[in-house]
Amino acid sequence: MDKNHFDVIVLGAGPAGLTAGIYLGRAKANTLILDTGTAGGQMVLTYEIANYPGIENISGYQLSSVMKKQAKNFGCTIKTGVKIAQIELEPKQKIIRLSNGMVYTAPTIILATGGRSRMLNVPGEQKFKGRGISYCATCDGDFFQNKEIIVVGGGNSALEEAVSLTKYASKVTILHEFDHFQAFEHAVEQAKSNPKIDFIMESHVTGFYGDESLKKIKYKNLSTGDEKEMPIDGVFIFIGYEANTQSLANGPVKLNKRNEIMTDDNLQTNLEGVFAAGDCRAKWYRQVTTAVSDGTIAALNALNFI
Amino acid sequence: MVLPTNLKHVATEAELKQLLSEKENVMVCCGRMGPMCVPVYDIMEELQEEYSHVEFRDMLFDNPEAAVIRNLPECRGFMGLPFTVYYKNGKVVKATSSIQNHEQITSILDAEFQK
Repeated sequence: MDKNHFDVIVLGAGPAGLTAGIYLGRAKANTLILDTGTAGGQMVLTYEIANYPGIENISGYQLSSVMKKQAKNFGCTIKTGVKIAQIELEPKQKIIRLSNGMVYTAPTIILATGGRSRMLNVPGEQKFKGRGISYCATCDGDFFQNKEIIVVGGGNSALEEAVSLTKYASKVTILHEFDHFQAFEHAVEQAKSNPKIDFIMESHVTGFYGDESLKKIKYKNLSTGDEKEMPIDGVFIFIGYEANTQSLANGPVKLNKRNEIMTDDNLQTNLEGVFAAGDCRAKWYRQVTTAVSDGTIAALNALNFI
Repeated sequence: MVLPTNLKHVATEAELKQLLSEKENVMVCCGRMGPMCVPVYDIMEELQEEYSHVEFRDMLFDNPEAAVIRNLPECRGFMGLPFTVYYKNGKVVKATSSIQNHEQITSILDAEFQK
């Protein structure tokens, strides 16, 4: 038997993918889990998980380590850090080609590719990441003691993190592209009542500039078109998440306007034998618990399919 | 004072100096158990087998002994955890700030330490 042929291939080793692996492996389905990053997905990024039933308190790192171990113990093959070159989703055979030439096949596939933090994708963002640009207030807030910083975004994360950053920074400016916030009213009120917080509305960042660290930004007012510069010590970016579905773009899997995978109640996509689970699919709530639920449902339906 | 990871740890400046005097290729990730640091530890753990000629270590950023990393000239201007430092024959050959993905880390390992 071809050692690269499996009963099920799971794309993604976050909580949805690992849970699918646990159920599939336990049912003796020969299962391959592939991930372009590390096992655990966004769960690994969570400092503390206190709402996972049955476990009072655990770090995302620990929970993902246990899930990975469980999937391996039930016989799953897990390959992380892979580069996917091509995905073919024919009715009878799903083929995954990696950039290193490896080819894996299976009659069924579960897409559990998760989500990621959105970036601004403007000049200088990569260059100054870790040199003034941060995506984590808890991690990097204390580098900005008595400094002036900007928080980009207008959702709950942006406003809550802006308030928490006032513990360190002398001044926090919230820069948001709309004339109103998407955050809950209490988060908006908390930010507005904080004397250290200022607001720049209807504007977006057009570039980051500096030498060995960030020194200034340029931003554009979206209603007037005026571009301005602002000297700044740091910028924290919280502009939401997006589904990791770039590898499926322009392919046969049906995506919605936000590029999330559309599924039915059985988590089957529009294609035969192609299921989706976790943050990459169109749904309202994105939690570890909902990802685990998705992984279970997708795995049980994949088992029915094979 | 060490991090609760599955990696080998460096706890003191003396330990790091000894490691650098004994091993040719060393990667040290200095951070906390936060969302930008943990993925880097996880990638290092996964790469240990493939890059057996490299010593992978972590160090707790808040450990006073971590000044040996924090105060490196190569880390000047760094304002994002973790600080990750690559040493060849005891000398710093590369340092990065903030989270790095699998591809970014392996490209540095391949460039600096070969495979």
